[in-house]
Amino acid sequence: MQDFGQAFSLAFALVFSGDADLLEIIVLSLKVSLTAVGLSCAIGLPLGAGLAISRFPGRGVVLVVVNALMGLPPVVVGLMVYLTLSNAGPFGWLQLLYSPSAMIIAQTVLITPIIAALSTQVISDLHAEYAEQFRSLSVSPRHAVTALLWDARFSLMTVALAGFGRAVAEVGAVIIVGGNINHLTRVMTTAIALETSKGDLALALALGIVLMTIALVVTAMVMTMRRTATAYAYA
Amino acid sequence: MTNRMFLHMASLLAILLSVASPAQAADKAIILQSTTSTANSGLYDHLLPLFTARTGITVHVVAVGTGQAIRNARNGDGDVLLVHAKAAEEKFVADGYGVERFDVMYNDFIIVGPASDPAMVGGSQDATAALKAIAKAKALFASRGDNSGTHKKELLLWTAAGVEPTAASGTWYRETGSGMGATLNVAAGMSAYALTDRGTWISFKNKGDAKIQVEGDAALFNQYGVMLVNPAKHPNVKAKWGQAFIDWILSEDGQAAIAAYNLGGKQLFFPNGSRGAS
Repeated sequence: MQDFGQAFSLAFALVFSGDADLLEIIVLSLKVSLTAVGLSCAIGLPLGAGLAISRFPGRGVVLVVVNALMGLPPVVVGLMVYLTLSNAGPFGWLQLLYSPSAMIIAQTVLITPIIAALSTQVISDLHAEYAEQFRSLSVSPRHAVTALLWDARFSLMTVALAGFGRAVAEVGAVIIVGGNINHLTRVMTTAIALETSKGDLALALALGIVLMTIALVVTAMVMTMRRTATAYAYA
Repeated sequence: MTNRMFLHMASLLAILLSVASPAQAADKAIILQSTTSTANSGLYDHLLPLFTARTGITVHVVAVGTGQAIRNARNGDGDVLLVHAKAAEEKFVADGYGVERFDVMYNDFIIVGPASDPAMVGGSQDATAALKAIAKAKALFASRGDNSGTHKKELLLWTAAGVEPTAASGTWYRETGSGMGATLNVAAGMSAYALTDRGTWISFKNKGDAKIQVEGDAALFNQYGVMLVNPAKHPNVKAKWGQAFIDWILSEDGQAAIAAYNLGGKQLFFPNGSRGAS
């Protein structure tokens, strides 16, 4: 098991050498996954909140579907997005395949259900508290959604983090639609897959350690922000 | 629904495209659909900067199995195809998806296996006899099982050996359904034999106690071919730059660059490019 020791020293060496290639890969990983989280929140949060406060026939079925889609296999999402963006597919004319945007689209498809399903839960709980007040003031659904999303913003940060974790860690979707092209679409996870296939397990593990550290830093930043903001809001 | 909704979606699209632009900004670039065996060996890291310096054209390599590379190229998702499965390549051209196929370089396949060599094939130069021995001994064999160039070669060798290995799939014959490197990782992990191209093997770092057991059989010849994806079929193909790449790799300069690439003093690929009958 000397690979572990080797991997840790390699991870340190990689980070502190300020390797330009590694930096490029890290920046692209963050850019792709954070953009995907942003887009997913823009779609998933209103959707989730809307689902939480509305009552319509078939709502139960929609909820089951949205929750089930949380388990979408990345490789299936990758395949669907590939077939859509391929030159032989309906959106080939956009020329997005093998580009960072294709990766963002794939990750957005992957994590929007997660954001929507989890925020439905969060907003439902909050709505149970607010429902009577909304009724007495006859608040419109649109204003109710806005108010609920705002008041639940700190819990929703955790929802966004769950989406980010899924996005930054997946390899199945981005390797198909991005192609793992050096200096163009190579991200942390596809680089790890590549080094594993070259049999360079220590380097692959070192990259894994770097990726986990990045996820840790992003999470810590969001949690700190949340704590500071909570303290400020309720001070 | 409403205008508001529409604006919402439009702004999402705008964000997406603003992040997207670097891909399109690289003005002179082609996509090369190729195999893991050439990419993982580091050959492209050596060749492509030379080509880019000469022509100003950037080459983006998508490295997948030959089967998937051909499939992607059929869909028009690439400008040039460089793979190693001659029959499939010729079909690709005959079906009108490629313009013309050229030999570009070769190396050879080898059969690697554990040092303990349970099927006792070490040192053999007869691939089919070795496979017969492996099947007879029911020694573990890790197959790509992914319709790649290497997998197709392996199946040809089994046919020549008169063995139907898939009948034993899951017992001694293990189909990994993954790339060459992943299959070698499996072979090293379970002390199995495997067929691999020499380039991947030389550059592979997780050999464990596995070593080359069979080599030097003429049947293990591994020819790579290059062809332009047909712009008549897919108008998006960057035919001029793709052709420039093919012209260069078949030129004296390109061929010399292939010959010059080595790892630890071992030459990985041998140029035999020809402009064919044209």
